[in-house]
Amino acid sequence: MVEAATETLQRTPLYELHRSLGAKLVPFAGYEMPVQYPQGILAEHLHTRSKAGLFDVSHMGQIRLRGAGAAGALETLCPGDIQALAPMRQRYTLFTNERGGILDDLMVTNAGDHLFVVVNAACKVADIAHLRRHLDPRVKVEVLAEHALLALQGPQAAIVMARLAPELASMTFMTAAAVSLGGAACLVTRSGYTGEDGFEISVPAARAEGLAKRLLAEPEVAPIGLGARDSLRLEAGLCLYGHDIDETTTVIEADLAWAYHKRRRQEGGFPGAAVLQRQLADGPPRKRVGILPDGRAPAREHTDITDGANRIGEITSGGFGPTVGGPIAMGYVTTAHAAPGTALSLVVRGTPRPARIVKLPFFAPRYYRGK
Amino acid sequence: MADIRYSKDHEWVRREGALAVVGITDYAQNQLGDVVYVELPEIGRKVEQSGEAAVVESVKAASEVYAPVSGEVVAVNELLSGEPGRVNADAMGEGWFFTLKLSDPKQLDALMDEAGYKKFVEGLS
Repeated sequence: MVEAATETLQRTPLYELHRSLGAKLVPFAGYEMPVQYPQGILAEHLHTRSKAGLFDVSHMGQIRLRGAGAAGALETLCPGDIQALAPMRQRYTLFTNERGGILDDLMVTNAGDHLFVVVNAACKVADIAHLRRHLDPRVKVEVLAEHALLALQGPQAAIVMARLAPELASMTFMTAAAVSLGGAACLVTRSGYTGEDGFEISVPAARAEGLAKRLLAEPEVAPIGLGARDSLRLEAGLCLYGHDIDETTTVIEADLAWAYHKRRRQEGGFPGAAVLQRQLADGPPRKRVGILPDGRAPAREHTDITDGANRIGEITSGGFGPTVGGPIAMGYVTTAHAAPGTALSLVVRGTPRPARIVKLPFFAPRYYRGK
Repeated sequence: MADIRYSKDHEWVRREGALAVVGITDYAQNQLGDVVYVELPEIGRKVEQSGEAAVVESVKAASEVYAPVSGEVVAVNELLSGEPGRVNADAMGEGWFFTLKLSDPKQLDALMDEAGYKKFVEGLS
């Protein structure tokens, strides 16, 4: 998370709308972003879990990779099987470094004549440079600076989207569709960062406010800020780059081996492949796990984890889970202590407090995988 | 009409004879957002003016609550352990944090009165 001085902060195409909705705006990854609206983080979180929440995630980087062989080229930088991605299908992957650490996590969609890539806001400048430096020069890297990205998330997101474009109702999780929404040409994916069914909508900047207002006019929809986005993704067990994963955490330690696909394990051919292969075979020295504190006190990021005597790890995301109704956390512990059920101590303000390892997620996702 | 005084750290303190009830202001609860946990001091603990006395946690972050005056903790608001949201609902009433036995009642005189605090808060935005 990069916080810049006020005068250098960028604004998304929805900035004026956020202000008119009474958002509390804070610096986030170089942008002035809504952390919450007047209803507050708790109510926004619960609204998303029961109805549908609209998020402005236009600060994220949107990139198109064009050219024959773009999928094979992208594979030289990530452990995912991108060549197997059928048209209008989406996949989660990671840019790795030579140590098997994570430079960023990203979503890749096979949009037919190009790959559509969404990367984290705080990493986007570095990611674009990384792609331009390392990809086969025949692959063109186009930055979609003039596009906003909206997310509509929640159990009622699908009925809302169907009112704008009926064909979206039958889309399944991790697929994409090019559709016109209120006259704007959009690329819609059925995905998100909340553990809910939902959609992400790439829309031309000039049409973003109109589309957001159209969605907010639906009775199920409320605007949701980054505060609730964080508690929603934590309950869903999803990693936040720069906190739960970074250049020092490997893909295997982060428990993301599911994104390291079979053919790529056999073939390698991306930075850190040897490290990941070794950790798959021998087990990683530490693992990302879910942690449930006993009692009511939240344990925040950087809280030390001990086995009662020795330090065995650290919390990387921690707070209050509104749907869980209590404190929840994620962090890394040495592999010997990583089994669900293991008792441990969290040192909160100098006092050890009991907690235990639990299986992630805290909230079972409700993705739409078809009837 | 009880005399309520305010600190620059957004605590309020209401004197009741030799005792003083302490909480956080409505402005503070509004800035914090939804309170999900409150850690209160032990009974009998002596706190110094401006020293850490309690912790209040919102969904987003943990914040310290400072003692606006020195004294010994003689009571805490047990209601808050089960219902921390009372701090948001009624910061100046049911959402009180703890009661101190004042060690130096004169410290109250240096704190802001309601008009002074109102002006102080207006200067913050």
